[in-house]
Amino acid sequence: MNQLDFEKPVLELEGKIAELRHMNSDEDGMNIAEEVERMTAKADRLLQSTYSKLTPAQKVQVARHQNRPHFKDYIVELIEDFTPLAGDRNFAEDHALIGGLGRFNGQSVMVIGQEKGNDTESRIKHNFGMTRPEGYRKAQRLLAMADQFQIPVITLVDTAGAYPGRGAEERGQSEAIAKSIESCLRTHVPIISVVIGEGGSGGAIAIATANKVFMLEHSIYSVISPEGCASILWRSGEHAQDAAAALKLTAQDLKSFNLIDDIIDEPIGGAHRYRTETIHNVGIKIQAALDELSDWDKDKIVKDRREKFLKFGRDI
Amino acid sequence: MNWLTNIIRPRIQSLVEPKEVPDNLWQKCDACEGMLFHRDLKNNANVCYHCGHHLRITVKERLALLFDGGQYEKMDIPDVPFDPLKFKDRKKYSDRLKDTRSKTGLKDAMTIAKGTIKGQPAVIAAFNFSFMGGSMGAAVGESIVKAAEEAIKTRSALIIIPASGGARMQESVISLMQMPRTIIAVEMVKENHLPYIVLLTDPTTGGVSASFAMVGDIHIAEPGATIGFAGRRVIQETVREELPDDFQTAEYLLEHGMVDRVVPRQKLHDEIGTILDLLMNKKRTPSAPKSEQEAA
Repeated sequence: MNQLDFEKPVLELEGKIAELRHMNSDEDGMNIAEEVERMTAKADRLLQSTYSKLTPAQKVQVARHQNRPHFKDYIVELIEDFTPLAGDRNFAEDHALIGGLGRFNGQSVMVIGQEKGNDTESRIKHNFGMTRPEGYRKAQRLLAMADQFQIPVITLVDTAGAYPGRGAEERGQSEAIAKSIESCLRTHVPIISVVIGEGGSGGAIAIATANKVFMLEHSIYSVISPEGCASILWRSGEHAQDAAAALKLTAQDLKSFNLIDDIIDEPIGGAHRYRTETIHNVGIKIQAALDELSDWDKDKIVKDRREKFLKFGRDI
Repeated sequence: MNWLTNIIRPRIQSLVEPKEVPDNLWQKCDACEGMLFHRDLKNNANVCYHCGHHLRITVKERLALLFDGGQYEKMDIPDVPFDPLKFKDRKKYSDRLKDTRSKTGLKDAMTIAKGTIKGQPAVIAAFNFSFMGGSMGAAVGESIVKAAEEAIKTRSALIIIPASGGARMQESVISLMQMPRTIIAVEMVKENHLPYIVLLTDPTTGGVSASFAMVGDIHIAEPGATIGFAGRRVIQETVREELPDDFQTAEYLLEHGMVDRVVPRQKLHDEIGTILDLLMNKKRTPSAPKSEQEAA
């Protein structure tokens, strides 16, 4: 089971409600419908109060929730005629990072993003969304293709980080990430990025050097995982909660420093409860961004992206 | 025990007892454990004269080795907002920063200098590993932007010398944003057809290796330098496989096609100078034929 500890009271209530519904033909005289209604309202209030004051550490849990919609869920809901394109043309196909052509509200787009998988088998296949150099090189290839055909790019970021492995190092993980950032910067078509779950360091920025960067309300974006940060700076993984707070990794933090363009709302209770609604919200935001950039010429698009990233750290 | 025995007696003893040889005259090589005399080590560019191991070198010594005649002009590194995230771990980042500044006498982990190398103008941005492990935050990013702008303005080559564990965690996403930012900086140099050379020194890892350090026109590495994305320990814990001894060394990267050359420190000035001369001084009077040179 994948339960969030802080959701326990809500889950218990929801369990009771389900039980009550089940015995709706009970004859003990109690008005079950009324009771269900009362408890549902209570559960809603509880959910609202819980989600209105999530701590950074709790947001980390929500961002990683296994029922949270992943890359493929967004494709199903938002993209028609999705045609995945495989391989880096050099070494391999990396299933951790998916990319391909498709249609978004009628417009041809290139969609690129990490897929974490949703069960043991698919998680292993997608390497838990941890990209190898081949994935980043595939992204570079697809960015160049989008540039060639003047097709806007949508990237969906959801990774704990680039894969730390022997082969990945031998085949130039650093170079692959650096070149991927460089490819984003050189692309003459709009790039819209949405952090849908975890924005894990270099593995994330490699495909998030975009004209517009959005984060879902309970997603996170950080230079290092709270666990990693705690083990280095506190010399103990037990301080991950403190690290989560110190790292200012929530969407709200990043917005307050103007490091992202906007936050996309999740329904109260989070994307893992309201998957379709969340995906719908993301779609609306992406469309609005594409509309805004639609009449920009190609030089303005490159210049805008450059200026945006050049100021990070200077004006904050 | 009282103040007499605690304070006065040691002081008196230190006055009467013969002074021992200070520790810093001799040091052990980290690699072969051979004893190294400080003056000989310094004369050998901090390279062990027993085994050739490259010990760390200060930025000051490094710049003196690279620029013609050891002459260069240092530039101020730019100001950036101070600890905007108000980061605190066991200690406040602002305190850590102040302490490191007073301890090192540096403003941040970067030094920018300009001069010539074999007559070609060059701007060097060198990381100070002694400043918080050479970690890259906004100040380092801004310094790289400044170095790039100076190279363009003065039609100079840009040489960046990382010696860094990676991003500065205490600046969180701001430090992450220095990855695209530094890539933009070196991109501007490339657009001006000026050489951008990376001299990879020990260590070059994490967000530093995964940004400007891996998009050079030419990558030169010092022998034995650790260069990689993820740390060795992290990889061992993740994949649980044995890693070769020379994993992530400069020589290993050379074999895997990630660097152009591995060059001993004493030859860096000459090699970098030749490369800059070839790229920036494209036509010169031919030297006399080899046969004549030998005869003379």
